[in-house]
Amino acid sequence: MTEIQSYTMNFGPQHPAAHGVLRLVLEMDGEVIRKVDPHIGLLHRATEKLAESKPFNQSIGYMDRLDYVSMMVNEHAYVLAIERLLGIEIPIRARYLRVLFDELTRITNHLLWIGSHALDIGAMSVFLYAFREREDIMDMYEAVSGARLHATYYRPGGVHADLPDRMPQHAPSRWRSKKEQRARNRNREGSLIDFIRDFTERLPGRVDEFEDLLTDNRIWKQRTVGIGVVGPERALQLGFSGPMLRGSGIAWDLRRTQPYEVYPDLEFDIPVGREGDCYDRYLVRIEEMRQSNRIVRQCLDWLVAHPGPVILDDYKIAPPPRSVMKHDMEALIHHFKLFTEGYTVPAGETYAAVEHPKGEFGIYLVSDGANKPYRLKIRAAGFAHLAALDEMARGHMIPDLVAIIGTQDIVFGEIDR
Amino acid sequence: MNLWITGLLSWFLPRLVGIVLVTVVVILSVAYLTYAERKIIGYMQLRLGPNRVGKWGLLQPFADVFKLLLKEIVVPERSSVLLFVLAPVLAIVPALAAWAVIPFAPQVVLANLNAGLIYILALTSIGVYGVIMAGWASNSKYALLGAMRSAAQIISYEIAMGFALIGVVMAARTLNLETIVRNQAGGIGHWYLIPLLPLFVVYFMSGVAETNRAPFDVAEGESELVAGFHVEYSGTTFAVFFLAEYANMILISALAATLFLGGWASPLAGTGIPLLADSGLAWLALKIAVMLFLFLWLRATFPRYRYDQIMRLGWKVFIPVTLVWLGVESLMIVGQVGPWFQGGRP
Repeated sequence: MTEIQSYTMNFGPQHPAAHGVLRLVLEMDGEVIRKVDPHIGLLHRATEKLAESKPFNQSIGYMDRLDYVSMMVNEHAYVLAIERLLGIEIPIRARYLRVLFDELTRITNHLLWIGSHALDIGAMSVFLYAFREREDIMDMYEAVSGARLHATYYRPGGVHADLPDRMPQHAPSRWRSKKEQRARNRNREGSLIDFIRDFTERLPGRVDEFEDLLTDNRIWKQRTVGIGVVGPERALQLGFSGPMLRGSGIAWDLRRTQPYEVYPDLEFDIPVGREGDCYDRYLVRIEEMRQSNRIVRQCLDWLVAHPGPVILDDYKIAPPPRSVMKHDMEALIHHFKLFTEGYTVPAGETYAAVEHPKGEFGIYLVSDGANKPYRLKIRAAGFAHLAALDEMARGHMIPDLVAIIGTQDIVFGEIDR
Repeated sequence: MNLWITGLLSWFLPRLVGIVLVTVVVILSVAYLTYAERKIIGYMQLRLGPNRVGKWGLLQPFADVFKLLLKEIVVPERSSVLLFVLAPVLAIVPALAAWAVIPFAPQVVLANLNAGLIYILALTSIGVYGVIMAGWASNSKYALLGAMRSAAQIISYEIAMGFALIGVVMAARTLNLETIVRNQAGGIGHWYLIPLLPLFVVYFMSGVAETNRAPFDVAEGESELVAGFHVEYSGTTFAVFFLAEYANMILISALAATLFLGGWASPLAGTGIPLLADSGLAWLALKIAVMLFLFLWLRATFPRYRYDQIMRLGWKVFIPVTLVWLGVESLMIVGQVGPWFQGGRP
């Protein structure tokens, strides 16, 4: 009689639950997982190396493509690092705009997360409900930056442009009646601020809808409670951050513990979990959506009341307005210099971290005084989380592994960089 | 001699026509069930569903069928070719053959078997062999895991389902489906649904589990096992599995309608309303449609169970519930409760 051996199974990179290009080599004992070996690198695009070869501003667009579901927050860490090396203070309105879009981005990220997490566990409708709301945030991105996903909106010294006074409307289409057309454009009559405000009024109800489908659902609870438990001490040792850490009960949020921009002036709560399982992390992220919504509303109120510049008035760093360039030779030269060779950054090194929807997202930047970074190192939150996958999934079954991958909210753009 | 042949033909031909008719209707229903599924779930999820092929997308099922028929059948290397090809056949045959004993209207049934219910139980149990063979013959770990899950799941749910059906047999005191329907004729109050509600729920949920539909679709497990037991199947062989799954859904719905909801019997019988009080195929079709809608609704709403949780639900909840309710039903029979158990002992 031969002893039954464990067997290996290849999970991904082509797998519906692999969230992009995750490849796991599983050591299995029947359905029970004995060992998980994550393989990374299939989406490596050498972002850090590429950044060394171009002027600072030209790498902002690459930051969008790191974690491609929370684009602007990636940019934020990068421009923050540059600003710290340059030693500049940005206009207050730009700070509010950055916080506004950071929080909207957090909502998009969590919407995508809840959709794909629920889909992995088998609840398919939540996915489409979440995407309906996400679509509106994509429209906000588009209205403010011209791009739905890869916005490249933040700049060292502020943001690229102020909020537009008119929200773009849906064009008439032969497939839709006049009435439908009006209904689609109903919340797009005013400015972008009106559109966002309308969204913030709608969002809590929509989040309630997701909760109706999941929170008290017995199947959902059976699939998430007690799965992938990480205790608070262990979560710290593993280098967890963001909702993964807060789910384990540690109230660590860079927006509070190392405040940046205008977060100290804003009111919001930091939800924490208790058990450190998938269900707690689910609850934490759901509550974060509501809290982000609160922050967005506060930002809107402030922005309406306080007009002002949104980017630094220093033509060595920020481009001059086009109207000035038309009749001012000096401005034209600045523009030309800025977009060809960029600006130089004083020699030194810095680490700038922001509270990314997935955790702590940091940029370590070394400058040797040139117009390009000497070295750029990206600290991706998901990397530390993925490294703990083996520990979290051991002894669980394949369906639990899928739930754990979902709860880690992994995006390969940032892990492989 | 001639007389003998004509005699045989007159026996054989009407039955052959009947069989072909039922098969064609079932296959067409499957085609439009897929369409209905995509439309209904689409609307539940704020989508439109198919709307490009034909008016309102009505020709979409045919486009899908032709696409699948024209695709290459890929047989994996080092697989057992005979079993690999036989498995889908084994899945579809019972799903179609079981229709032989379903009464469509008064006196309209292909084979009025006295042991009709046993015949159905026997046939639906064969279907799982198709799944197991497919998983084994594919020579793929994902497929094998799917097949193992499916085997374990179906064996445990067959028991709960069997107990639920015993309740019906106790109430009707027959295994003949035609008679079971006849016993429930006479309006909605005569349906076995009312005294046997827990058994009906257990039966229907076991049916959902047996057909591998969400939230019990662990054997396919899209996000876990990619496609489970039929991960290696393509083209026609995949289409046949697909056909079998949907044919089984319709069959389970038809059985639920027949056993608990009075089959072709009108719920308004005895009220004297013209047309609506008449029994017939239309009522059966309507009841099947309602049950099928429940299948789709479940799929759009619930997350997927984990495989061991399904087993727990089957053994620790469904089987005890059926056992307890069989006891309650025995008391109702002794007490000759309501219009259902009036007959007393035979």
